[in-house]
Amino acid sequence: MTVLQAILLGFLIVCAVAVSFSRNLLNSIIIYMSFSLVMCMIWICLQSPDLAITEAAVGAGVTTILFFVTLKKIHAIQQEDAENRH
Amino acid sequence: MDKKKEGKEKAGRFQSWLDGETDIYAGVMETRPQKEYEPSPYFLRQQEKDRRRIAERVNNVEHNKEYRFFKRVYRVLAVVFALSFIVLLVMAVSWLPPVGQAANPDNNEVSARYIENGLQETGSVNIVTGMILTYRAFDTFGETNVLFIATCCVMVMLLVDEALLKKQGADNDRKYEPKNDAILQGMAFVLCPVIFIFGIYVILGGHLGPGGGFSGGAVMGAGLILYVSAFGFQKTQRFFNETVYKTAKITSLVMYGLVGSYFYITGANGLENHIPLGLPGHILSGGIILPINICVGIEVACTMYAFYALFRRGGL
Repeated sequence: MTVLQAILLGFLIVCAVAVSFSRNLLNSIIIYMSFSLVMCMIWICLQSPDLAITEAAVGAGVTTILFFVTLKKIHAIQQEDAENRH
Repeated sequence: MDKKKEGKEKAGRFQSWLDGETDIYAGVMETRPQKEYEPSPYFLRQQEKDRRRIAERVNNVEHNKEYRFFKRVYRVLAVVFALSFIVLLVMAVSWLPPVGQAANPDNNEVSARYIENGLQETGSVNIVTGMILTYRAFDTFGETNVLFIATCCVMVMLLVDEALLKKQGADNDRKYEPKNDAILQGMAFVLCPVIFIFGIYVILGGHLGPGGGFSGGAVMGAGLILYVSAFGFQKTQRFFNETVYKTAKITSLVMYGLVGSYFYITGANGLENHIPLGLPGHILSGGIILPINICVGIEVACTMYAFYALFRRGGL
């Protein structure tokens, strides 16, 4: 295992723990997105670029956007709404 | 004669009353509007008292023994469950055979055959794509169906009538968002063509290198979502509305089913397969892989975009 892979795996664990300890939903979604991006790099290190493309598009891109839209629908992102109303 | 006429009239009146055209009591009976219900002050006082008594008991957290007991028990149980689960999973992993050894059970005749004969039998340079879309095309067909059913379920839950959407106004979905954001639009203007071309490249090059229908379709879906969030639904609907969505999705699924069935029927009965394999490494090679990749790509791109549009607006 190279040094880069060790760093990436460590970052993965940090992200996974940080998601569950973050109070703000918006923050946890962004951390989850960075988890996906790191995972994508690890897939490339493991020589599976197919999975890396899918992970980057689905895990980091589409899923995150769907989470954002859902948060907006259930009015979990309150601050932004309040700012724009004034 | 008179009786008959009377009867007919009565029947006609009854019919019109049944249809709700006439109110036979209108002008005949005296009608008065009903009074609104007003509870007595005694009842209100009693209600308030009860409510306060219940609230005192419920909110009195410090002196509620049961509440404190369960709070502690739940914490302990959560830790115990998490620890036991971690131990179970680690034990399961420790029983797995070590990675990359020749004696592992996954290193059997099936994978050996895929690696040895894959290129000749499927005509695909990328063995993974060749395996997924020819040897195991039926599995992948099931996965594509799962995507189709998933969008159908989301539609059942979230689809709003088109007339209602129009009545609510076009900018209802972006009430709290900046309209015509210059930064977002500039970035989308630069990035969207690149993303689309990359997605098409990944779909078409699925049998030549890394990629395939699912990854390429996801990339294209992400590009569509970026375009929509930058320019709004009105611009997208010029080229991608519900009719286009339905046609593309159902056509690609049926095409996939037909190509796959043809492949399976000829293969199972030992018939001659009329789809040429082509020269490995060329774009027009790999037999059924290229058309199936295109079908899966269209299906996945439509699914991704439909999820976003349904969550965001309730319609395509």
